[in-house]
This record gives sequence, structure tokens and C-alpha cells, in this order.
Amino acid sequence: MKRFPLPRPSLRFVHVWRRNRLVWRKLAIPSMLGNLADPMLYMLGLGYGLGRMLPEVGGLSYIAFLAAGTVCSSTMMSASFESMYSSFSRMHVQRTWDAIMNAPVLLEDVVIGEAVWAASKAFLSGTAVFVVAAALGLVASPLGLWVLPVVFLTGLAFAALGLVMTSLSPSYDFFMYYFTLAVTPMMLACGVFFPIEQLPAALQVAAQVLPLTHAVELTRPLMNGEVPGAVLLHVGVLAGYAVAGLAVALVLARRRLMT
Amino acid sequence: MAHLEVRALRKSYESREVIAGLDLELEPGVCFGLLGPNGAGKTTTLKLCLGLSDPDGGAIRMLGFPVPERAREARARVGVVPQADNLDPDFTVRENLLVYGRYFGIAVRHLEARIPELLEFAGLTAREHSRIQALSGGMKRRLALARALVNDPQLIFLDEPTTGLDPQARHLIWERLRQLTSEGRTILLTTHFMDEAERLCHRVAIIDNGRKIAEGSPRELISQHIEPQVIEVYGDGALAWAERYGRGACERCEVTGETVFCYTQDADAIVHALDRDGTLRYLHRPANLEDVFLKLTGRELRD
Repeated sequence: MKRFPLPRPSLRFVHVWRRNRLVWRKLAIPSMLGNLADPMLYMLGLGYGLGRMLPEVGGLSYIAFLAAGTVCSSTMMSASFESMYSSFSRMHVQRTWDAIMNAPVLLEDVVIGEAVWAASKAFLSGTAVFVVAAALGLVASPLGLWVLPVVFLTGLAFAALGLVMTSLSPSYDFFMYYFTLAVTPMMLACGVFFPIEQLPAALQVAAQVLPLTHAVELTRPLMNGEVPGAVLLHVGVLAGYAVAGLAVALVLARRRLMT
Repeated sequence: MAHLEVRALRKSYESREVIAGLDLELEPGVCFGLLGPNGAGKTTTLKLCLGLSDPDGGAIRMLGFPVPERAREARARVGVVPQADNLDPDFTVRENLLVYGRYFGIAVRHLEARIPELLEFAGLTAREHSRIQALSGGMKRRLALARALVNDPQLIFLDEPTTGLDPQARHLIWERLRQLTSEGRTILLTTHFMDEAERLCHRVAIIDNGRKIAEGSPRELISQHIEPQVIEVYGDGALAWAERYGRGACERCEVTGETVFCYTQDADAIVHALDRDGTLRYLHRPANLEDVFLKLTGRELRD
């Protein structure tokens, strides 16, 4: 008898989120520096180094163009790492999820708690890049602050996708496939380093279904002081990835842990 | 009202039926032992009772709530000590208790007040700020027990609580479990150690291949299933002695490895014969739960 009870999400996910935050607080400084250093080196190195050789890209200086992309890509990276390697450790290696589910907390609370936690860490990473960009004068107006909710939503979408992989994964090695086949292509095809228009036509169409494209389409105009076009479409795609990803992750995690 | 009621429980994995119509009833305040060889379905039964797996048939009520439908509500008053250690390695002893208590929605100030008591119970007061990796196996198990008590449970599940512990650590766990039942809490315990079950449990059920094959108090089971006296003859010459004399002298005679077990109502004649012989090593003892277990589940190896 397979039961597929409707998920009963509740605020109990906060218990799971707070557990992860307490662990993070012990290592917050090195964790933040680690998260920030890599995207910053790429942004500054490519932005100023390569940027000096380039005319304007998409109507912006290359460093300003790249700053918006880096906010999104570092959000994606941070959410993906946390929701795969770290969540997998807690689910499979340390059996922390099992311990939590012996308390009056449901699997949906655990999965949502993990997703919101990964989105929160991603929010810190994306925000850190945004703050540095603002300090370098690469945020044109206060309209840019709307980037912050976009960063959180982007983090949630990638956390949900990461948790789908985690629920399927037999070991840490499995995540390499996702990074090689999904994350790296998105870095290159979604307008982080160069405009999507540079891609062959078929790839331009394909890029439209990828979540990172929509994060970039929102973030770049906002940082440049403009209201993005088709806001609802972009927000809808990101939210759709978040909700659908969470639903799939929950079904898979249920199959894995509750048989 | 029974604290745990299981009726005609069934569970299959692929085509293998691991629970095949199991009935259990735990009255409040009882320490109930679930015994069985490896693979008998003990851990699966616990998982089903906690609502962490869906049964293929039957009904479970835990503390009045139907499981799995309302398992979450029931788990609010249940404590669990799992077989595999899943203490949180990222935290200290104290943080483990604090964070676990929060999963029950218990306010931090209540937890702060309760933690010294729990540490005392587990004998870990001096290790309050130790990391989990620095604890011995016995300390970890005591912490797992303290963690299971953080919500003041009415019903406690313990899955092989003393496996892998040294005798000192086992005795300490036993003493604590007796304390818990004397406080009126109900315990469901699985174990491979028959002496443990005999000491601690008011009632035991022996299960094999997902079915209950015997249930009662340890004394009842021993008197129902086994002759009261046992003579174990072991070492060189034991097997030859069994063929020559032993088999004919007792009601039932069994051989495991190089040990001969003679089960009998009256051991005097055999003991005299062994003493006269003087070359054979033997042990004369009253029958125990392990004898019942081996008789009912067989002596061949289970993996």
C-alpha cells in the first residue's frame, strides 16, 4: 500500500533551519570568506582585466555587466553546494534527518527547512557580491535593492533543484554530474559572462528555460537602475523551479527514507 | 488504554514479507521486549510504529493516535533511542539536547531548566561542553537516552540499546531503564541479549520471519517451553559423552558446536554421573530465556 499523503508544510521547518544556523554560526567567518573570495576574484579579475580590452557590453561597462552576472552565479553556486554536499551529509552520512523525524517533525518540514536554509546561505553570498559591487559604484540607483528578494528566490530555486539531486544520490561523487552537466553550462549560457545574444539561435532558445537566465534578466537591469521587462515571467519561472523542485525532492526523499 | 496497539500488521519489501501479521499490545508502565534473530523484523516494526514507513496492512494506535495518519501528534510524547548512533556531530553534548528539544517545540527556557537534570540522569554533567567525537561508546548511548527523554515521553522505543557496550556501561543503562519504568513510563525494547530481556522486561514477544511465535513474561515462557534444569557439557569428549550417555539420560539433548545441552526436570543423576567421571567440564544451571529463544528460533546461524 503506497500512500501519497498531501504534504502538510508547517512552520516547523524553522526548527531545521535554526539547527543549521547554529552549526553555521560556529564557522561563520571562514565560511563567508570562502564564499566571497572565489566569485570576487573572477569578477574583479575578468571585469577589470578583460574589461579593459572590451568596449561596452550590453550598454554597460564590462565590470558592471559582469557584477550582475556574478551576483546570480554566486547565489546559484552557494545554494547548490549547500543543498547537495551539506544536505547529503546530514541526510545520509550523519543521519540527522532520521533523528529529526523521530521528533514530531515531518519529512516535508525537513526538506523545506533544508531548502530555506540553503537559500539563506545563498542570499548571504549573493548579497555580499552585491554590496561589494555597490561599493565599487556598480549599482546605479536604490532600485538595485530589489535585487535582494531576487537573490533569495534564485537561491530557493537552486536549493530545490539541489535537493532533488540529493534525494537521488548514492554518494558525493554523483553531484559532479550535476555540476558538469547543469551548473557549468548555465554559467556559460545564461548571460553571466556575455550576452545571451552571442549564442547560436538554438542555444538562445534553450537558455530561456534555464533558471539562471531569468535571475540574470531581473538582476542586471535592477543594478543598472532600470525596471526589468517581463518581471512576472522571470519571477514565475524562478518560483516554478522552486515549487516544482521541492515537490519532486519530497516525493524522492519519501521514497528513499520512508519505505 | 494501551500505549501501543498493533493489529495484524503487514509489511513487504518487494516480494519479501518482513512483517506477516503481527499483533502487539503494550499496557502503560510495562517494559516490553521484542526479541528475534537478525532479520526477524524488529527494527521494521519500530519504524512502522513510529509512522516512518507505511504498512501494507493492519492497524497501529500509539498513545491513542492512529499511525501513520497522526503519527506526528503521537511522537510528541514518544522518545526514541535508535540502533545506529545519530547524535548531531556538529554540536556539543548540551547543544544536542537543546537542539533536539526545539524539534518538539519546547521553549528554550524550559530546556535550559531541564538539561541539568538530563545530564545528571545520563551521568554526563562533567561532559556538558564536550564534542560528540570525544565521547566513549557508552557515553554516546547515554546521551542518546537522555536526548530521548527531552520531551518527557510516556512511551520510549529502544532499538538494541546496549549492543557494543562494555559490562559496566550495560549495567548503568539497565539501572536507568528500570528507573524509567518505575516512573510509570512504557518501554518497547529490542535486544539480542536474552539476559537483558530477562532482567528488564515484564513481557517479551519472540518474533521470527515477521510473525510472533511466543509471548509472555520471561518466567512464563521458560516454564512453558523448557525443562527447568540445564546441564551444559563442553570441551574434549563432550560429544562422545552425549552419544554414550547424555542423550538417554535427559528429556531433550541438543548440540551446538562442541557444547552439549541437556534439558531435564531432574539433573541430579546426570550431575552425579559427570562428577564420577571427573574428566568432563560442565555447567549446571536453571533454564533461561536464551534456551527458549534457541528452541523456538533454531540454532542455525542467521545473517
